Amino acid sequence: MLTNKNSLRRKGAMPYIVVVAAFIVLSILSNGVLGRAHMALLVPTCCYIVAALALNLCVGVLGELSLGHAGFMSVGAFVGVITSESLSASIPNTGVRLFVAIIIGALFAALAGFLIGIPVLRLRGDYLAIVTLAFGEIIKDLITCLIVGVDENGLHIVFNATGTMGVEDLHMTEGGKTIIQGAQGAVGTQTISTFLAGFIMIIVVLFIIQNFINSRTGRAVMAIRDDRIAAEASGLNITKYKMIAFVLSAGIAGAAGVLYGLNYSSIVASKFNFNTSILILVFVVLGGLGNILGTIIATTILYVLPEMLRAFSDYRMLVYAIVLIVVMIATNNKKVRQFIGGLLVRKKKKNAEGGDAYWLISRIK
Amino acid sequence: MKKKLLSILLASAVAATTFVGCGSQTSGGTKEEGGSTAQTSEGDSETTEGTEGDSASAEGAFKIGAIGPLTGEAAIYGTAVVNGAQIAVDEINALGGDIQFELKGEDDVNDAETSVNAYNNLLDWGMQFLVGTTTSTPCVAVAAEAYADRVFMITPSGSSVAVVEGKDNVFQVCFTDPNQGKASADYIAENIPGEKIAVIYKNDDVYSQGIRDVFKEEADAKGLEVVYEGTFTTDTATDFSVQLTAAQAAGATLIFLPIYYQPASIILSQADSMGYEPTWFGVDGMDGILTMPGFDTSLAEGVMLLTPFSADAEDERTQNFVATYKEQYGDTPNQFAADAYDAVYTIYESIKASGVTPDMSTEEICEATIPVMTQITVDGLTSEGMTWDASGEVSKSPRAVVIKDGVYVTP
Repeated sequence: MLTNKNSLRRKGAMPYIVVVAAFIVLSILSNGVLGRAHMALLVPTCCYIVAALALNLCVGVLGELSLGHAGFMSVGAFVGVITSESLSASIPNTGVRLFVAIIIGALFAALAGFLIGIPVLRLRGDYLAIVTLAFGEIIKDLITCLIVGVDENGLHIVFNATGTMGVEDLHMTEGGKTIIQGAQGAVGTQTISTFLAGFIMIIVVLFIIQNFINSRTGRAVMAIRDDRIAAEASGLNITKYKMIAFVLSAGIAGAAGVLYGLNYSSIVASKFNFNTSILILVFVVLGGLGNILGTIIATTILYVLPEMLRAFSDYRMLVYAIVLIVVMIATNNKKVRQFIGGLLVRKKKKNAEGGDAYWLISRIK
Repeated sequence: MKKKLLSILLASAVAATTFVGCGSQTSGGTKEEGGSTAQTSEGDSETTEGTEGDSASAEGAFKIGAIGPLTGEAAIYGTAVVNGAQIAVDEINALGGDIQFELKGEDDVNDAETSVNAYNNLLDWGMQFLVGTTTSTPCVAVAAEAYADRVFMITPSGSSVAVVEGKDNVFQVCFTDPNQGKASADYIAENIPGEKIAVIYKNDDVYSQGIRDVFKEEADAKGLEVVYEGTFTTDTATDFSVQLTAAQAAGATLIFLPIYYQPASIILSQADSMGYEPTWFGVDGMDGILTMPGFDTSLAEGVMLLTPFSADAEDERTQNFVATYKEQYGDTPNQFAADAYDAVYTIYESIKASGVTPDMSTEEICEATIPVMTQITVDGLTSEGMTWDASGEVSKSPRAVVIKDGVYVTP
């Protein structure tokens, strides 16, 4: 028990160490060693890491499957873009503006998560998966109907449900600027996301999630995940704890969305579709449910991999799919794991065996 | 257990980077096919690695990058663009003049994020001109980057206005969406008046929405009768029975489809099974429907579309192009291939006019070629005497064709 506690503590520090080390190495490399292609991957990778961490909180820690986290990113991204564009005059400092946009974007995404959670989190079963799946699609369609612009009188928003309205229906004054143009999405956004901001966001999110998991609330959430009936019998308010974890997860995904949205000068709502949700879920599942460091590493590798595979030209995505399958088989095959584990950490063999035994027991259970 | 998982991931990462390390050298190949097949590019890589001197001879060549969906559902466009550009590059290189080109195509899966990645990859490669990107939504994202980085960009088929808007270094070979919408409405008003028109368009797509907006405006101005407008999105692009039934109920005799050919093919076959036979009118996104695998081309009989290129045109240049394309890629070229071909010739003309040299930086070339773009006139496959204004929009004449016996003919 004691060693377990120690290893837990060590595991808690590992993600920070890895992320900080990666940041330092990449910052040094970015002075000339890394090409443009690699540099441009840094910020999106940070976004996906944060989104995957958020989803891990929902799927791994809370134990509820969400298939619509891209929807929360979408809310965050578009709210973030609107915030940033409309504040560009009043807050010229891009760092501060990004910070404000992230906070507001995260709040809106959390609000969306809260609204979904009210009915759904009271139920048991896979309802959250179904509803979040629908949510992601609804958000996409809603944003496709939005036309938003800003002028000196403030924000102008038109909801173009019939598809027959245009920018002129905003009735803006001469100096007005369109922010979101329906299907065309947000065009001409000032890109203010930086790798430093992404790095800070990962660290902050790590801090929030790890402290959450190790808090009283977090333990209650995990108790609900492991045995709902026992948790209920112990007097835990199931809906409340589920809600806290889910809203937190939605908010973090929203923050990731803001960073993403402000990294490209144009984004469209259809980017945040079902495929993106599944992509993030793949990051989480292959990184290990509830495994924070695993999520970070899996996200980085799986996100960067398709770009690194450009040399395979047309067979790029095929190779990517094969890699995914191999990783899935390898991480689930005890023999393969033992083989590689034995190869790499021979001196810790004893520990590893203990670990596997524990894993086996947990599987049987 | 988690350490093991980590170690496997790391091991695969190391393995992956090793692959990449080998692979990235292939890009030096002088005749990179833009990834038409992996085997060829692997074959190329071996020859390149074997004879280092070969790649040095390409030193004096301008590097052209092409971006488009080479895989995925819109692959037909991207592949056509890269192939068409390759033919133009080969022709120009065969002239043996001072201006030599080297082409590299990158895949963007019709996704804006991947497209920006592809663009950055090409810049790392040393791209000096960009022929791309092929589809509108990614094109808007890449154009913003190219504007900030000062890279000369000419898109064969990124037709949205947002692509060129406010960017002095971005030019189009194709019509902008508004021009297509306007030309379609004008053509219908002039040649097939009195029809009751239904429009089915994709309202989460810039291209489709853009054409529809202007078409509607122009149709109203010309007094055309639009009786029904149906929308669909990426997710609902598999069933159109609702829209078709509504259009039929509204008495539409002509259906305007400002959409790409994949949903259009479904619409055609569903209408056929309903026994509904209106006149179909498409725009350049409809181009490609005849070469779509698994599509019964008899369904497309009588479809009219606005396309600047017809592979059956009589002129010698088009016929040579079609013959070369068929020989090299075993397919009939579509309008996208022709647009890309013209894009490369436009770059060729702009280089001749501005006198830039391959040793100049991408930025210098960009600044030098922008002013001459408004002065040059290019005779291409898609139109004679193409000219550009400072906005980046091309000026050329639209052409309508009708599909008869599986080929385009001029009505």
